[in-house]
Amino acid sequence: MAATEPKLIAQSSPSVAAAIAEAVKKSILAVQDYSLLSLQSVGNLFSPPHYVGDMLEQMDLIGVGSLPIVLLTGFFIGAVLVLQTAAQFERFGQTALTADVVSLALVRELGPTITGLLVAGRCSSGIASELGSMVVTEQVDAMRAMGTDPTRKLVTPRVVATVLMLPLLTSMADLLGLIGGYMVSHFTLRLGAVAFWTRAMDALEFSDLMMGLTKPLVFGFIVATVGCYQGLSVRGGTQGVGRATTAAVVGASVFILVANFFLTKVMLFFAGHTL
Amino acid sequence: MNTDASSAPVISFENVSIGFDQADVLRGLSFSVAPRETKVLVGESGTGKTIILKLAAGLLRPESGAVHVLGRDLSSMTEKQLLDFRRQIGFVFQEGALFDSLTVADNVAYLLREGGVAEDEIEARVRESLRFVEMEDALEKLPDELSGGMRRRVSIARALVSRPRVVFYDSPTAGLDPVTSQRIITLILRLRDSQGVTALLATHRLQDAFGLANYRFDAATGKILSAPENGRRPSPGAPETNLLVLRDGKSYFEGSPKNIADSQDPYLHRFLV
Repeated sequence: MAATEPKLIAQSSPSVAAAIAEAVKKSILAVQDYSLLSLQSVGNLFSPPHYVGDMLEQMDLIGVGSLPIVLLTGFFIGAVLVLQTAAQFERFGQTALTADVVSLALVRELGPTITGLLVAGRCSSGIASELGSMVVTEQVDAMRAMGTDPTRKLVTPRVVATVLMLPLLTSMADLLGLIGGYMVSHFTLRLGAVAFWTRAMDALEFSDLMMGLTKPLVFGFIVATVGCYQGLSVRGGTQGVGRATTAAVVGASVFILVANFFLTKVMLFFAGHTL
Repeated sequence: MNTDASSAPVISFENVSIGFDQADVLRGLSFSVAPRETKVLVGESGTGKTIILKLAAGLLRPESGAVHVLGRDLSSMTEKQLLDFRRQIGFVFQEGALFDSLTVADNVAYLLREGGVAEDEIEARVRESLRFVEMEDALEKLPDELSGGMRRRVSIARALVSRPRVVFYDSPTAGLDPVTSQRIITLILRLRDSQGVTALLATHRLQDAFGLANYRFDAATGKILSAPENGRRPSPGAPETNLLVLRDGKSYFEGSPKNIADSQDPYLHRFLV
């Protein structure tokens, strides 16, 4: 008996190499499944049926529902930017430059990224938990059993709604950020409205606006597809729904930040900045 | 395959195998279901009853073997073809699987709306289906306002609204009290005898099979009467109830409820106690 015990243990515990191979295999499969779902969500747009009602409902939930937190956050991001930069510019007597900084930073970078992250936190988790609950309670199977393709009914409307809503939310965040920046610069630096808004507008070029409004399109796609993928991949009951919700927020946020770097690099290249 | 079309099996499994996470659930399972027959799948938890229903509905694909339903080989169909095919069947899920954001009426109307049926006809058919399950007064309720038994009844109404020829029931009486369970079985019995549907019913309660075999619905009087034939086919084409007991991914017993009651097999007796 004693002689057989080590053999039994050796048989039952997988080797480290096998465990790594299994983990890599699972990761590749996950990337493949995510890519297929993303492609399918776009491909569904080119053939009927289209669930326009669901799309409008999601636009309301994602767009209008996220507006208060986006406006509030945008306002305070703009305000804090002025606080942080004003002290530096005051040393050189160039306080009017705060408008340039707030404007450029918000429109090119902070507006899209912060809005993307906020919507990821609010909507990616919401999408993952909603679809995950539907999987756990067999509602997705029921949908399939009644001849409905869940990617058409559930995924595509969410993807379209998020992609369309995020640029609008970003624009609102940018505007509120500039208003917040103006208010702080007015009360702390005594900067006039004309001086602030003229500099803020002059600082922006067309390529900045393009960059600021193209990024949210990609971020919206990431938020919706990651949320849908995590939701539809739920295994393990309600505990699985919790895990999927967390994974959706973390995955979408990291994905947004990584995509932001590469998008910025590409767009700066096209705008003629050779960094 | 020279079988007469009217007596050809509506559902047939041929050497079907499937497994999950390196564990076999079904291993070469074969059986068939004749027109108007109700095949009751009995087995302990994890023996693959739900898997069989999902395979028969094309929600899962077998690793090997073939599944034929309504004359179509599901194993060779694309997902798009399967979506169209599934509109011809009814599926009652274990917990009802009602869409929790839709009212009872919208849940039942779902399939008809997807099919582009006119709103007037949808309303009439939804009411007819809900009347059949005695839930007509719950039209505007949300699923979370209903009891477990009521949700199952709405789920049956949703499955029958498209007038399917085949209905799959996944543990329709699981977790229900005896009175409600009997009510659900009576509904299934009425559906079988009034509309002549072929059914696959998964359960771990043998009483469900005996209920279906020992009673019949008399459409003329609207009453449930004893079926003296005790599950055996009284005349060609009449509804028949048979059992398929699963064990270790295979068919362990196939026959009528009377056969199982007469059997001395100790494994089968565990279900009778």
